[in-house]
Amino acid sequence: MARIFSEAVAGFRRAPLLTGLSVLMVALAFLVLALFGLVAHNLQAAVSQLEERVEVVVYLREDARPAEVSAALEALRTMPGVEGVRHVTKDEALERALRELPEIAEVSSDLEVNPFPASLEVRFQAGRRDTETVKRVAEAAASLPGVEEVRYGREWVERLFFLRRVAGLAALVLGVSFGAVAALIMATAIRLAVLARRDEIYVMQLVGARDAYIRSPFLLEGAVVGTAGALLALGLSWGLYVGLSRFLFRLEWLPAVWSLGGVLAGALFGLLASALALQRQLRRL
Amino acid sequence: MIRFLEVTKIFPRAGAALEEVSFYIPKGEFVFLTGHSGSGKTTTLKLIHMAERPTRGEVRVTGFSSLKTPRRDVWKVRRRVGFVFQDFRLLPGRTALENVAFALEVTGAPKGEIRPRAQRLLAQVGLAAKAGASPEELSGGEQQRVAIARALASDPLVLLADEPTGNLDERATRGIMDLFWELHARGMGVVMATHDLDLVRQYPKARVMELAQGRLVYDSRPGE
Repeated sequence: MARIFSEAVAGFRRAPLLTGLSVLMVALAFLVLALFGLVAHNLQAAVSQLEERVEVVVYLREDARPAEVSAALEALRTMPGVEGVRHVTKDEALERALRELPEIAEVSSDLEVNPFPASLEVRFQAGRRDTETVKRVAEAAASLPGVEEVRYGREWVERLFFLRRVAGLAALVLGVSFGAVAALIMATAIRLAVLARRDEIYVMQLVGARDAYIRSPFLLEGAVVGTAGALLALGLSWGLYVGLSRFLFRLEWLPAVWSLGGVLAGALFGLLASALALQRQLRRL
Repeated sequence: MIRFLEVTKIFPRAGAALEEVSFYIPKGEFVFLTGHSGSGKTTTLKLIHMAERPTRGEVRVTGFSSLKTPRRDVWKVRRRVGFVFQDFRLLPGRTALENVAFALEVTGAPKGEIRPRAQRLLAQVGLAAKAGASPEELSGGEQQRVAIARALASDPLVLLADEPTGNLDERATRGIMDLFWELHARGMGVVMATHDLDLVRQYPKARVMELAQGRLVYDSRPGE
């Protein structure tokens, strides 16, 4: 093991410029991926925030009896996909209107009766805020006793989910494309590093070095170059993130699992690219 | 020690390089492999070194059969069979000593022994005084001596040489040939591919095998 490390370090020392360039190329490839990840993650976060606002409002009849309200409340709470139901009384509805709509506050003194109906506000579990679930709950609510009307902004919900689907598909296509380009750049960088030492590999084979002996330092070098490139890309994208968040708009940083996954992917990819490039060289003799 | 049994080698694009070639080279023999360019000399050496495998037939080298030796075990053959080329193939940027030491290191010589052994090998080929010179600072003949010292690092039973004097002047050629004979006198086998028949004639004690269009057409001392 010590030999593998010292050989790998010797490899870096013998060609510091090439090693530096390889790390830089890998870093640039990863930077593209990291920035894409940053955009995708923030878009996802924005869509999730919008999704949290998806709810069904079940307006109750003026003459709805308490027993009917309780039964409706219970029926809604037990429906699949429902996270919770909040009963908003007429008074609470008025209070909210006064708080949120200043024009109502101006005319409130003229109101003789409270015009706002009582309602049940249905929230959905994360992952169940899709059009089908919302529509099903809304239709079921409409047939409950004591219910006057059900509203859930059907068009808005449908648009939101269309947007989410399109964004997801675009992210997948772009992610795969960027990933493929990044993989190609990284593979080329690492292949060049291996190619630069093809004479050394040739001589090792010529005099009877074992393939595993030849391979191991190169694999370690590939993994180190991949890791260093991924870490450098992460650092650069962190700098960009801080700059953008401070001066343009607030962003969310990548989830830790994404960053960690990226660095691991760098190491793994470096290793794999090295193995493939080496395999080609080892077949020469 | 080296046996070819009806060996045919066909390259997909270049066609047949060797056809039905059979011979036996016992331990410690000095063999000239002659023939024109494209006659199959280099292919024969590569088959012995297991850099190539026969399309048909079998090659046996120091107990290893081309039919039974997997790729992962080829290194075992190569430690018994040294190889030198016309173009030396030394590593630039490393001294003569480092080139030889590299071969010792990668073949698993104990760390403390590498430097003294590399120095001894250079002394054996008459280059002790140039141990610190890089290949660019050495003449062709001297570079070939370093390449021979490197090939001797694993203490091989036989040395393969592919036109080793092709790039050398007469004096350097004589020096390299003297070195080969010296190694041969110590019991090492030498198989040297050359198209220089004048050179071959100067060594009447050596066995001569001639290839023409991939076939063995002459053998001065056929093996068993």
